[in-house]
Amino acid sequence: MTMTQELELGDTDRQLINLIQLDFPLDLHPFRTIGDQIGISEQEVIDHLKRLTDIGIIRRIGPILNTKGIGGSSTLIAVRVPEDAIDSVASWINGFDEVSHNYLRPGAYNIWFTVSASSKERLHEMISEIKAFGYPFLELPVTRLFKIGVKFEV
Amino acid sequence: MDDLDLKLIKLTQDGIDLVPDPFGEIALELAIPEAEVIDRIEALVESGVIRRFGASIGHRALGIVANAMCVWNVPDDRVEEVGAVMAGFGEVSHCYERVRYPEWDYNLYAMIHARTKEECGHTAHDISRATGISDYMLLFSEKEFKKTGVRI
Repeated sequence: MTMTQELELGDTDRQLINLIQLDFPLDLHPFRTIGDQIGISEQEVIDHLKRLTDIGIIRRIGPILNTKGIGGSSTLIAVRVPEDAIDSVASWINGFDEVSHNYLRPGAYNIWFTVSASSKERLHEMISEIKAFGYPFLELPVTRLFKIGVKFEV
Repeated sequence: MDDLDLKLIKLTQDGIDLVPDPFGEIALELAIPEAEVIDRIEALVESGVIRRFGASIGHRALGIVANAMCVWNVPDDRVEEVGAVMAGFGEVSHCYERVRYPEWDYNLYAMIHARTKEECGHTAHDISRATGISDYMLLFSEKEFKKTGVRI
């Protein structure tokens, strides 16, 4: 981050960001409640949050879904793709709505993406399609969970 | 989870409006009282369909632009202990054990976020010292092709 961007965040912004990741109040006037907690008006809360959204610090305020909780099945897949095919394979992968993250990483296995499918069957179906694509890949489902990011302290 | 819950998730998963009464419009859309919207969201959190209800942070915009997937080859009988140590690092946002293969020995994955690649490297080094695991690789993301939340 550049210093100028850093300076854009005031104390109120930081307080808001730290507060609303985990403890967003579920009530009829959530922004008023937040304002009461940190001593500013409802409208000030809204104005700050709008600005933080505009500059990309807040992506959205809403439900963060649990794939398993909605009956779904998820995994991580690493594909070994030749350099000149990377962009086309990556965009083919992005075409699946079920793909939530997709990155280029260094190494023989260079395209890494996570899939969050609506069911085990759907996941298997996708994996067969990926297999049919012909590039070597690793399917890497989670066997044990130690930490799942919930909050960024700013 | 019933049809109304499903509709409620679909209406909110891209973010609620930043207005004084954000659940009012949703209530209107679903033709249920506003209090029921809130009760339903709380029930979905309770039952684990929703992991949490709150803000998703664009950490890139916060300047946390270096992100490394650090993969570790940890002896099976040490995974529990080592995983707990890794999870304790503030720079580690996610930590999982995943299946390994003969051609891929790495079984523990820690997502490390920092302002610079160098800082990510320092964190990995600290984890290595704290756990005694020296077979690891830092796989930085060189390009983000896609990033969305889990959606239905």
